[in-house]
Amino acid sequence: MDLAKSLAKNRFARLLLKDWGKLTVIGIPYVFLILLFTVPFLVVLKLSVSETDGIHFQDLSTYADGVVDIKIKLSNYIFLTTDPLYIETYWSSIKFAALNTFICIFIGYPFAYFMARSPASMRPALLMLVSLPFWTSYLLRVYAWKGLLDDHGVFNNLWMWMGLIDEPIKMMHTGFSMTVGMVYTYLPFMILPLYANLVKMDLRLLEAAKDLGATPWKAFWLITVPLSKNGIVAGSMLVFIPSVGEYVIPELLGGPSTLMIGRVLWDEFFSNNDWAMASAVAVTMVVLILVPLAIFNKYQADSGGVRGV
Amino acid sequence: MESRIGKFWLGAGYVFLYLPILTLIVFSFNDSKMVTLWGGFTFKWYGVIAHDTEVVDGFLLSLKVALMTASASVCLGMLAAFAMVRYKSFFGRTAFSAHINAPLVVPEVITGLSLLLFFVLCQRLFGMPERGVFTIWAGHTSVGMAYAAVVIQSRLLEMDKSLEEAAMDLGCRPFQVFYLVTFPMIAQALMSAWLLTFTISLDDVVATAFLSGPGSTTLPIVILSRARLGLNPTVNAIATITVAVVAVGVLAGSLWLNRQERKRAAEQAAAYREGTLALAS
Repeated sequence: MDLAKSLAKNRFARLLLKDWGKLTVIGIPYVFLILLFTVPFLVVLKLSVSETDGIHFQDLSTYADGVVDIKIKLSNYIFLTTDPLYIETYWSSIKFAALNTFICIFIGYPFAYFMARSPASMRPALLMLVSLPFWTSYLLRVYAWKGLLDDHGVFNNLWMWMGLIDEPIKMMHTGFSMTVGMVYTYLPFMILPLYANLVKMDLRLLEAAKDLGATPWKAFWLITVPLSKNGIVAGSMLVFIPSVGEYVIPELLGGPSTLMIGRVLWDEFFSNNDWAMASAVAVTMVVLILVPLAIFNKYQADSGGVRGV
Repeated sequence: MESRIGKFWLGAGYVFLYLPILTLIVFSFNDSKMVTLWGGFTFKWYGVIAHDTEVVDGFLLSLKVALMTASASVCLGMLAAFAMVRYKSFFGRTAFSAHINAPLVVPEVITGLSLLLFFVLCQRLFGMPERGVFTIWAGHTSVGMAYAAVVIQSRLLEMDKSLEEAAMDLGCRPFQVFYLVTFPMIAQALMSAWLLTFTISLDDVVATAFLSGPGSTTLPIVILSRARLGLNPTVNAIATITVAVVAVGVLAGSLWLNRQERKRAAEQAAAYREGTLALAS
């Protein structure tokens, strides 16, 4: 009785009783994500600046004799930002991701364009054929290129049998094989948003341009491309961001010259057992991804503003 | 002119997308130690993997983790999607939305590393959890629920809310509204979210490598360790089985969807007929 009264008086308890449905719906996934996503990342952040003693990490702050002593070790970050090998790795990760994005646009834009302009009855089948590889293992699809590009692989064997070449061309474990693998893996991520954008386009605009004397080529550049800008940006984000942190493709198809930051993090952790260094690499990698993401968000906010006017 | 270039480009694109998968399948029937040289037709690699305990155990473990991941991801993702669509303002909504989308853009090496370090810390503090099925499941679910939330959210957004309101006006309790009205309407999105997270979990190798312990090796980990060493016909055999299962599954799924759609259209037409008859009389 008393308990019920005091509960009713308490504002927080009242809120809890009234909105328990809302609290559960929001609370459960929120707690789950904080526990398994945010807290682990904070652990990484902490370890990246911790003094290590073998595999044991010392506390960041100690309290003794009324004095709080905070120790932050920045040497990992100083090393990461001054070591030429690391700088080159970051640079090379960005370069390969950008190259991958450009090739995906170059192949994927016409592909999505012709898909969107094909007869409406064929489109569902064409669309399904693009998304079907998604359902098969990505690891196996990357592995497949090993068999094709190897020194004794399908292509080299075929070309030698046809007499086109005398000795195998070295394609495996080079920048070429890694780029092919990345384009192959991420091409559908470019095609799908572009298709979704292009298929909605109002074709009367092109007719109007034609009536006004524009050549098809000019109409394409002045109307179709600008209207599909959102699709290009969305596709580029979907390709660029995951390819920066790629591990499996550089591991299976790359070589010693194709430095990628995801693979370096893996090696620091599994081969060198340097957990603090791996944590610092992870933190810098997040920064590397946040930059394009912030640009993307700003772009979306800007284009939303234009539409608002 | 344009259509000829179009056909060529589409054709070349599909060859690019499917040629590697086709070669994987062809060379899984190759009776030769050299994986890329044809040495006659054989089924022997399928026999080899059927008796390979590493592959069979890995597959069973992957299946178990994927079932657990997909079910948990759909439940959590559904709650998250409801929170985002139905509650336009609550404390920390922006942070909540960022939390839901973050696992989609953070590279897997980071997800894996951070969760592993977190679990190591937990183990030091509380003596648990051991690395194994639970830790792999936790890692997969934190990513899977983000995907599930995106899929379910888009369905909820296009759903007609007045149906729920009508049910409420007719005296349904909130739980009944969900069970009788909302659930059947989003069932298809829940199904596709379940399948998507199931496949993601079944495929995942990077986060799993961080989170699996000794004795909990999933099939992708087995494949990666073999693929690293070079070409291996057993990997081709695994790939062929995967492709066959996926092809059958997708075909059956699209046929089922087609039938559902036709059934729904027929029901709608019947309801419309009855409605007009009732109005006419």
